[in-house]
Amino acid sequence: MSSIAIDPPDHPIDHPHGPKPGLLRWVFTTNHKDIGTLYLWLSLTMFIVGGSMAMCIRAELFKPGLAFFEPGFFNELTTLHGLIMIFGAVMPGFVGLANWMIPMMIGAPDMALPRMNNWSFWLLPFAFTLLISTLFINGPAPDFGWTAYAPLSTIYGPKSTDFFIFSVHLMGLSSIMGAINIIATILNLRAPGLTLMKMPIFVWTWLITAFLLIAVMPVLAGAVTMMLMDRHFDTSFFNAAGGGDPVMYQHIFWFFGHPEVYIMILPSFGIMSEIIPTFSRKKLFGYTSMVYATSSIALLSFLVWAHHMFTTGLPVIGEIYFMLATMLIAVPTGVKIFNWVATMFRGALSFETPMLFATAFLIMFTIGGFSGLMLAMVPADYQYHDTYFVVAHFHYVLVPGAVFGIIAAVYYWLPKWTGHYYSETLGKIHFWLSAVSINVLFFPMHFLGLAGMPRRIPDYALEFADFNKIASVGGFVFGCAQILFLLIVIRTIRGGPKAPAAVWEGAHGLEWTLPSPPPYHSFTTPPKVY
Amino acid sequence: MTEHQHQHYYVPEQSYWPILGSIGLFTLIVGGINILHQHAYAWYIFFTGALIVAFMLFGWFSAVISESRHDLYSPQLDRSFRWGMVWFIFSEVMFFGAFFGALFYARHFSVPWMGGIGAKLATHTVLWDNFKAVWPLLQNPDPTKYIGPTEAMSAWGIPAINTLILLTSGVTVTIAHFALKNNERTKLALALFATILLGISFLCIQAYEYHHAYTEMGLTLHSGIYGTTFFMLTGFHGAHVTIGTIMLIIILLRCLKGHFTPEKHFGFEATAWYWHFVDVVWLMLFIFVYWL
Repeated sequence: MSSIAIDPPDHPIDHPHGPKPGLLRWVFTTNHKDIGTLYLWLSLTMFIVGGSMAMCIRAELFKPGLAFFEPGFFNELTTLHGLIMIFGAVMPGFVGLANWMIPMMIGAPDMALPRMNNWSFWLLPFAFTLLISTLFINGPAPDFGWTAYAPLSTIYGPKSTDFFIFSVHLMGLSSIMGAINIIATILNLRAPGLTLMKMPIFVWTWLITAFLLIAVMPVLAGAVTMMLMDRHFDTSFFNAAGGGDPVMYQHIFWFFGHPEVYIMILPSFGIMSEIIPTFSRKKLFGYTSMVYATSSIALLSFLVWAHHMFTTGLPVIGEIYFMLATMLIAVPTGVKIFNWVATMFRGALSFETPMLFATAFLIMFTIGGFSGLMLAMVPADYQYHDTYFVVAHFHYVLVPGAVFGIIAAVYYWLPKWTGHYYSETLGKIHFWLSAVSINVLFFPMHFLGLAGMPRRIPDYALEFADFNKIASVGGFVFGCAQILFLLIVIRTIRGGPKAPAAVWEGAHGLEWTLPSPPPYHSFTTPPKVY
Repeated sequence: MTEHQHQHYYVPEQSYWPILGSIGLFTLIVGGINILHQHAYAWYIFFTGALIVAFMLFGWFSAVISESRHDLYSPQLDRSFRWGMVWFIFSEVMFFGAFFGALFYARHFSVPWMGGIGAKLATHTVLWDNFKAVWPLLQNPDPTKYIGPTEAMSAWGIPAINTLILLTSGVTVTIAHFALKNNERTKLALALFATILLGISFLCIQAYEYHHAYTEMGLTLHSGIYGTTFFMLTGFHGAHVTIGTIMLIIILLRCLKGHFTPEKHFGFEATAWYWHFVDVVWLMLFIFVYWL
């Protein structure tokens, strides 16, 4: 990768079509940078909306007793918080980065299918309008958790469940089209000479993520379609009275759900594999093993889904299989962590904001990975299941994993996108506020869970009060710190020190051969890579 | 590598078709939800949405066809379309996979467990002690809530005929493809026409079978997990045959207008791929839903 010698395009890019004037440009655009920007702003908006719901949840849990909300509304908050953060903040965030960076990293003029790219994005605002509108219509919003288990979502589901179902259909459509576009772009639009094993790891991880998306989003669509049929057309997929099984829903859902977990982390792995070599001023250690580790993680993700269901009464042999298969995933993940640490070893390290977030990712994602291993053990899981330990685990992999990945990527590539450096001081303040508060927020949840506090409840026993109070304080600080992030981004777009084409001296790759900000159409003539 | 090997990759200008598609789908969905909740005017909203989506599909594909006719597409773009179609079909495979998965789970796990086999003996003795696990399920665990069908659908009547029809249509569409490659336009049109006729007859026979199941066999969507999986699997397949037939009709019209050359005819090929995919799904259905 970093050994690639790059021949810049013969002629400076002089394309007649610049951005169209007016606001409708954003609605009709077929440009990968415009669409990437739209995705990223949607992601940040949804991050703030979902984050506000998290703030409400932490406010309610600040002390025992019901303070602000009815228990029913609390359930709506946890459900919508989960759905919005997963489908609204993390996934569009990564797709936005893919849209911006993949064509620039592989030397393409744009995405392979630019009009479909526009549709992939513009389905999402409609999907989230449907989903969030459930808060304002008569009757409760979806209140069954983001997993929407039957029969909570079938027999007992509120009317708004139908809004949930169709909004998931729209999100799925968007993800599938987006993923098809990314795969077609990577397989077909690489610059001559850029073989698969020379691609930046970010492109590799997205190729694999896109495969996962196309494989499992239709399965989720199938699951919610069955839910719809059970609700309105009297089928009995998830009703034992007719020979179905509510646990069947969980199998189908988690067959989607587990690969979905990797959909939310693999692009982050790719980002780390870009940032860590840059700020270590070394080649990425073990490029080939990174590619194979990512592929193994993706393949294994299809074989472990029932570890989310150890307490549903699976046959023992099934539980043992799923336990062992799950633990196997620690091997390729360990390879990746090892490679990143080995990349840093004896490197000329410097800690600009992206590198700070990457370092925090390394440490905290590993903590999340270890608590995952604990949860993978069947006998232990009988105790941990549906407690705050699970909440602590998946927030450790999702916030310092996925979200820190996106934030690190934004700091890393923002000078490329805008042509301005962000303020390093403000970036560092944002980092330290986030990194400290996130641990104050989520670390006590391990103790709460081990002590037996169940998840998804608005009230709790007195002995859990102290840790909940600490977690809430951490939550509020983390929430406020993200407002600072919003301000830094806006400030950088509006101005700042000029960034050259090669924003970071240690960075390698095609995207750094383009000026900052890059031209509207990245590479009209493909560059040559040797 | 010469300069001409990598031709200019066509990046379309701004387009209003996608946003129109989103508005159409949104309207369709709002209408659909209101139909389910039995609100006034729901059907009007639903049909408005359907019209917008149909208009969008027509306009968008027209734009693509006219761009292709004006030779804006390079061989590289053709490959992008090919990858797009391949992965779209893969996503469809996974969608059907979810429903086949439900069928396998019911047949091999949940139904036998409720009948007292294997790990869930207590489920049987405590909850469903009168239930016998026999597939196809004529007697549901709770017959008061879900009345089972009087008989199961046999494989060797109508379904076997339909299998023959679809397999034949797979042959005719291949004949059409070879005719197109050899530039035999009459043979192409006739073979395509035959494929469409076979598709339509499949759908008519399927409709007859459904009618028979509903009126004479008591086999319905609400006759328990057997009827549920039967109708959802064959129903989604039927929907895909319908879409495939519409695609074939459009391809036939385009052939009659003189579109496609022996070298460049991706629209035709994509439709043929889709048709073969529908064919394979039917074979799976025939084996696992009707036969075994």
